[in-house]
Amino acid sequence: MKQSVFLGTLAATTLFAGMALAQGTSTLDTVKARGELNCGVNTGLVGFAAPDASGNWQGFDVALCKAVAGAIFGDASKVVYIPTTSSDRFEQLTSGKIDFLIRNTTWTFSRDTDLNMDFVGVNYYDGQGFMVRKDLGVSSAKELNGATICIQTGTTTELNLADYFKANNMTYTAVPIETNAEGEQQYLAGACDAYTTDASGLAATRAAFADPENHIILPEIISKEPLGPAVRHGDSAWGDVIRWTMNALVAAEEFGITSANIEELATSSQNPEIQRLLGTSDNLGAMIGLDADWAKNAIKASGNYGEIFAATIGESTPIGLARGLNAQWTQGGLLYTPPFR
Amino acid sequence: MNTSTSTFVRTEMLPEQSPPLTEAGAVKWVRENLFSSVLNGILTVLGVAVVAYIIVGIAPWLSRSVWNAGSLSECRQIIAATWGEGVTGACWAVIRERWPQYLFGFYPSHLYWRPVLAFALLVVAVAPVLFDKLPRKMLWFSLVYPAVGFWLLWGGSVWVPVTALAGFAIGYAAAKLIQPVAGTILATIAAVLAPVLWWLFLAGPVADALHSIMPIALQGVRSREFGGFVLAFTIGFTGIAFSLPLGVMLALGRQSDMFIVNKLSVGFIEFIRGVPLITLLFTASLLLNYFLPPGTDFDIILRVIIMVVLFAAAYIAEVVRGGLAALPRGQYEAADALGLDYWKAQRLIIMPQALKISIPGIVSTFIGLFKDTTLVVFVGLLDPLKGITDAVRASTDWKGIYWEPYIFVGAIFFLFCFGMSRYSMYLESKLKTDHR
Repeated sequence: MKQSVFLGTLAATTLFAGMALAQGTSTLDTVKARGELNCGVNTGLVGFAAPDASGNWQGFDVALCKAVAGAIFGDASKVVYIPTTSSDRFEQLTSGKIDFLIRNTTWTFSRDTDLNMDFVGVNYYDGQGFMVRKDLGVSSAKELNGATICIQTGTTTELNLADYFKANNMTYTAVPIETNAEGEQQYLAGACDAYTTDASGLAATRAAFADPENHIILPEIISKEPLGPAVRHGDSAWGDVIRWTMNALVAAEEFGITSANIEELATSSQNPEIQRLLGTSDNLGAMIGLDADWAKNAIKASGNYGEIFAATIGESTPIGLARGLNAQWTQGGLLYTPPFR
Repeated sequence: MNTSTSTFVRTEMLPEQSPPLTEAGAVKWVRENLFSSVLNGILTVLGVAVVAYIIVGIAPWLSRSVWNAGSLSECRQIIAATWGEGVTGACWAVIRERWPQYLFGFYPSHLYWRPVLAFALLVVAVAPVLFDKLPRKMLWFSLVYPAVGFWLLWGGSVWVPVTALAGFAIGYAAAKLIQPVAGTILATIAAVLAPVLWWLFLAGPVADALHSIMPIALQGVRSREFGGFVLAFTIGFTGIAFSLPLGVMLALGRQSDMFIVNKLSVGFIEFIRGVPLITLLFTASLLLNYFLPPGTDFDIILRVIIMVVLFAAAYIAEVVRGGLAALPRGQYEAADALGLDYWKAQRLIIMPQALKISIPGIVSTFIGLFKDTTLVVFVGLLDPLKGITDAVRASTDWKGIYWEPYIFVGAIFFLFCFGMSRYSMYLESKLKTDHR
């Protein structure tokens, strides 16, 4: 008797815990009640997420956290940055430790479906490239036959590299490395002819060399690496909040709304699209459970997409990335937000 | 004695002669220690060559150290301007600029005095444990220190650590009350059960009530703001302090004749020792979330500390068991013959000897534990070695820096581990009672 009661209680507790996790209240309500946004970011990636000397997080991914916090609370500082590693990031999300993941994570089929995540968009279109020494005399990745290549193990880049060399009937010797910093050391020490990782990472790495002029990044981009934020599978309402906050930043650049002129445009603009976006005419915010001026607060957090890009990874920063695919669709890029209507 | 024989015998001492040149001073030492045979001579030359090679390689780099710069590129400019183009040098400016981050992680900067004070008090608390010449009354502070340290580091209401401490007092009181009435076994059970019930059901409400009557609180600091050496020391020292008693209990449990106690101890020790620490840390950080109801905020550092304590305790248990096994059977029998009960025999006769034998092993385990605290980087906590270093390296100013942070963090760890090692040698020589 006693035992069956005990087992019954145990089963009920487990069931209850499981149900609570599965159903729960919506993530937006949880976040609002908590008063803080738990944002899963990289433990440190140049330009995308890094704490400064006084511990304030900064970077391209971090700016999206701030924008979402701005959209929800009207206060971009209400973010708790939770550093996630490449091995525990998905677990952190599915177990509910973080509200959403923005950690330069590539949107792939298996991650979207099998890992029970929902990618809500792309905030940076990246691709894998190669860096070599200039005196190697190589000007194209097609000439890398037989080369030794430094490559991070356990990442999509490793698989892309194998695919590319197989497709082009070439061979290579892989020098496995664990982290980007180790890769730099190995490459500089001459342990490998070429270093391969995402093009944004290559640019940042090269910029940090003592002699950047002696290294070139080869023109071939051998893979698609759309990096974007992800939420838990089935958390659609919450996904909408993230997706449309990101779209608002992109739309703001398209409409010419910057952090400098946003207050002025909010009161005086006659453009109906700007009025809708900034909440002066329609109340779009109510449809996703936010205030009318959600987009305005999101943009005010760190500016529109173009401003964020320029401040964190753009050509005026040491990383010096060109907009490339990440330009507006009107400029030949891929940024194209659905209409705010 | 006549004079004819005395011519063959010296009547005065010869003056002392200095030993042959090859048998005295530096030459003798070199001959005996460095070149005593052909093989040793070759090894000496090789060894000197290796050391010289390393020094020649590192010394120029170290001698060109830059301490004042805002970024790696500025460092390089200064090195180029001071020592000429094309040379490399050490850029310690990164340590100088990120010093608070290495020490405190993201701990709020206006509260830095709290970890510093906690560390200073830790020294006071540990001193009487380490050196028996200090007044024994100081041990009372050592007993209270965990609560003080917790309060200083995490802040919050003072009543939380106070009620937690009260649990031990309650356990003691329960044992004292029940012992005369119901005997030792029930008293032992009560001593365990009463505090657990107190902590589970009463401590929280009582702390809240006391706080509403007399609100004494420090500004709260959350676990994820911990980082750097504050994190390493918090985990390391808590682990050391709690794993030793737990390890001793497990060692005794494994020696025990009681079936369940014995099998549980063996199972626990073998399981924990058979699993890598990283697996335990991942379990603590991720797997637990699936079982706990959502919204439960079970502190991440607490989870890590629990896992580290369990891990170290399993190793300590085996080390102590080695010490127990080394004791002659006669010691146990002597304790029995004196009429001591089990706990008195352990406390007065067995453990002092067994622990003395186990000192090197125990300290080795502690040193390993302290260094293993850097593994918490895999559960997203910012340990000094990789967590903070990666974060520092991810800023555009310091990207590309590699050796300096590792050397710095390595030096600090060496300092503490070497200190522990020297203390263990001091303790061994102090406790040495045999006459070898």
